[in-house]
Amino acid sequence: MSLFLLGLSIIFIGGLASLISGRRALASFFGVTGVVAGCVIAVVPAFRVLFNGVAESFRFDWTMPFGSFFLQIDSLSAIFLIAILGLSAIAAIYGMGYLGAYREKKNLGVVWFFYNLLLLGMSLVVVAQNGILFLLAWEIMSLAPFFLIIFDDEKEKARNASWTYLVATHIGMVFLLLFFIILAGKTGSMDFDKIVVMDSVKAGFLFILAVIGFGTKAGFITLHVWLPEAHPAAPSHASAVMSGVMIKTGIYGLVRAITLLGHPPVWWAWVLIGISAGSGVIGVLFALAQHDLKRLLAYHSVENIGIITLGLGIGVLGMSIGSPILAVFGFAGGFFHVINHAIFKGLLFLGAGSVLHGSGTLEIDHLGGLIKRMPWTAVTFLVGAVAISGLPPLNGFASEFLIYLGVFKDGMSHGLANIIPALGVIGGLALIGGLAAACFTKAFGIVFLGEPRSKHAHQAHEVHIAMVLPMVILAILCVLMGVFSPLIIGFFGGAISTITSLPQEVVQGQLNTGSGILSNVVIVSVLLVVLIFGFALLRKWLLSGRSVSEMETWGCGYARPTARMQYTASSFAQPLVFLFRLFLRTARKDSPREGLFPDRAFLQTDTADTSSKYLFQPLFKGISFLFSQLRWIQHGWLQLYVLYIAITLLILLIWKAF
Amino acid sequence: MHLERIINLLLVIVLSPLIFGIINRTKAIFAGRTGQPLLQSYYDLWKLFNKGAVYSQTTSWVFRLGPIVGLAVVFATATLVPLGRLPAVIAFDGDIILFAYLFGLMRFFTVISALDTGSAFEGMGASREVMFSALAEPAFLIGLAAISAQRHSLSLTGMFTGADTAFGAYILPVQLLVSFSIFIVFLAENSRIPVDDPNTHLELTMIHEVMVLDNSGPDFGFITYSSALKMWLLGAVLVGVLVPSNGNVWIDMSLSVVSIFVLAVLVGIVESSMARLKLLRVPQLLLIANALSILALILVLR
Repeated sequence: MSLFLLGLSIIFIGGLASLISGRRALASFFGVTGVVAGCVIAVVPAFRVLFNGVAESFRFDWTMPFGSFFLQIDSLSAIFLIAILGLSAIAAIYGMGYLGAYREKKNLGVVWFFYNLLLLGMSLVVVAQNGILFLLAWEIMSLAPFFLIIFDDEKEKARNASWTYLVATHIGMVFLLLFFIILAGKTGSMDFDKIVVMDSVKAGFLFILAVIGFGTKAGFITLHVWLPEAHPAAPSHASAVMSGVMIKTGIYGLVRAITLLGHPPVWWAWVLIGISAGSGVIGVLFALAQHDLKRLLAYHSVENIGIITLGLGIGVLGMSIGSPILAVFGFAGGFFHVINHAIFKGLLFLGAGSVLHGSGTLEIDHLGGLIKRMPWTAVTFLVGAVAISGLPPLNGFASEFLIYLGVFKDGMSHGLANIIPALGVIGGLALIGGLAAACFTKAFGIVFLGEPRSKHAHQAHEVHIAMVLPMVILAILCVLMGVFSPLIIGFFGGAISTITSLPQEVVQGQLNTGSGILSNVVIVSVLLVVLIFGFALLRKWLLSGRSVSEMETWGCGYARPTARMQYTASSFAQPLVFLFRLFLRTARKDSPREGLFPDRAFLQTDTADTSSKYLFQPLFKGISFLFSQLRWIQHGWLQLYVLYIAITLLILLIWKAF
Repeated sequence: MHLERIINLLLVIVLSPLIFGIINRTKAIFAGRTGQPLLQSYYDLWKLFNKGAVYSQTTSWVFRLGPIVGLAVVFATATLVPLGRLPAVIAFDGDIILFAYLFGLMRFFTVISALDTGSAFEGMGASREVMFSALAEPAFLIGLAAISAQRHSLSLTGMFTGADTAFGAYILPVQLLVSFSIFIVFLAENSRIPVDDPNTHLELTMIHEVMVLDNSGPDFGFITYSSALKMWLLGAVLVGVLVPSNGNVWIDMSLSVVSIFVLAVLVGIVESSMARLKLLRVPQLLLIANALSILALILVLR
């Protein structure tokens, strides 16, 4: 545990040193060194807990009411901690290269300070074992990104995004405050090991509070409105961390809340599965309709949070109906996807950052042909795209496979009512998978393949080695996590048995079955790779000594094609966007074509977020109207304000007296 | 046991191109023509493998990798599919999911190699392909989940060669619903009428054929062979769902092979008797497949 605290201190000191260095070149150096050194040191106890299965804790007295400085790394914290520290360190190295271009314009010391602070906050959130401490850490973690999102503060869009984020995160915070206050209740202690919730009605109410509070951070559908604004605005290494691991703290919080609330009734599972299938499908649909690469990736976070929660939902279902198979496979798939998503989403955001860095734009329809100009970015992005589409042989498939497997194994033998979760998972995952593949063939195909569609894409260049290297590492991790999936899921046993209160042997037994099945998947994957090499050689042999020539792409004999005649991302996604228009409500503006030879025409489509447009905007308008009616109370007369205070005190005293 | 597995694999590798011959012969008979020889697709493959290749200047390594990945995927998938009572080379719980997702990988690479040419036609085909397959995938997996629940097995081999496959153990409505659903998926995935018309001469109306417009020589040979193999494998799953087993390995094997050829005749009949659907209507057809699969699952779990 002392190593962990040492690591966090180094991260914090690195951030402070960076803040003091300000605009000097040293700032990046301090920031990155602090993060990398701190992460390497702090991750050691997390691995130790995972290997030994023994939790490590640290506690000292604190004068804070209800608070105690109680930190503990248990198996559940360790899983999240490894993802957080690992991705943050890799993204920091990337950030050094990425921010280099802004050295003249921005104070990078501030950026690094808040990056390090965000990392510190996230790490504390997953180890805090006291409600007050948790909320404090949560607030550090929630405030720091505000300063990262507003990085491009000369742009109105970035300023708006950071405000949206700040409001959203604090609405979530309100629910969490309520959650912890009610949770502590009359016991008076907020230490997680002393909390007991007996009353099932109260537990249900607390569950709803937790779903909303943590769901706002995680980005459940309708609560996700801040994601597509905030992720594109932040610098790409920060987006990678925010999307890859910060939103996962919402998942962590939800799982932790479930462990505190006692045995879950079946409706909790239904709620989780319903929310997650909705998040998954609608998230990926919105992603399909996007024109901006980072916005597209942000919506994919909503989708992947859906997949993770689908796993949790199946796990909770297993707990409540007493099916160890569902419980173990659901949670194992969910946790595995937490780590996998951190890897490939981190990779994809870094790739998007490189595209922005190399070409100057993220507008998908202005790009094209980058594979020849940015070969490393292209190949690593392709790995990430295959992984996020959940396709074998990479890691994304392994975690989705576990969730499927749980349902196929035991999801269909508990009566007709349970057909709904079974359908939700099988149909939902299959549809999400198909749509994600559609979305990422679009993203990769239009951005990296074909001919450049604009000057930006023409002049694109490969990025600096400090940016390439982190992407390559993450791409290799995508492969390794797939290949070693049978070994990796064994480490989730401790966490799963903590949550489900199933005996360690039962959990480990199920995980061993899972490992056995996954090793078969790995065998087929290896066979696949061998076959690919074999056929590549065969093709080479077949073509050797024959005429191999190059021509223009076939265009029905049209002799002067231009790059603008290529299919665009918008046209690629149009049939699906049209099919699901009920959810997407894409606005379309175009000019009428007149005459036999119309010369100028335009078409514009915009898919605004429906939750934001039809739910939150009217809601906030209403609230702001109501509050404006109270404006007469606030008039600037200080004397009257003092009177208000006196009256309030008086009322409180009277209330107390009775 | 090993011998049976290897025979299964050999049958797939050798016989699959014959399906195209049978479909074409059926269509020829319906049209009153003599038609091409039954073995024409073998001649075509031989010819393609002996040619050089022409590549578009726009393309990159992705375009060259696509056909290779496609062929490797179908070969890997071939190890998962049983035929009659001949077990698959590799069988394990959940191989159904891997089966579906491997085809997803093949599609991913077909689509990006199409986009690699920068051709608007191929982009159009790719766009349609991803849309239809996204809708077909749930129908396929839910249908197989129904069969899996009915036969208490999670592997294709267990589902199609286990003791429950005898005729007496049939729950006919389930079998019929799932087979019809998978038949629609089969037509969509293999780009046949009413979803796609493999024989159209207009790039604008094609789906799968237009995606491989710029492929030539051995690459195109790989693609043609992969589509034959894919058709056989999906056909074998359909036959596994519908055709009951007799008990004798060799009779079952012959019965399954004949059933796959009957399926090919059926495809020929469908293609001779109806036109391709309007593109906007295809999602509705696929939604029907989804509905049938869900119905089958409800019937099994009832």
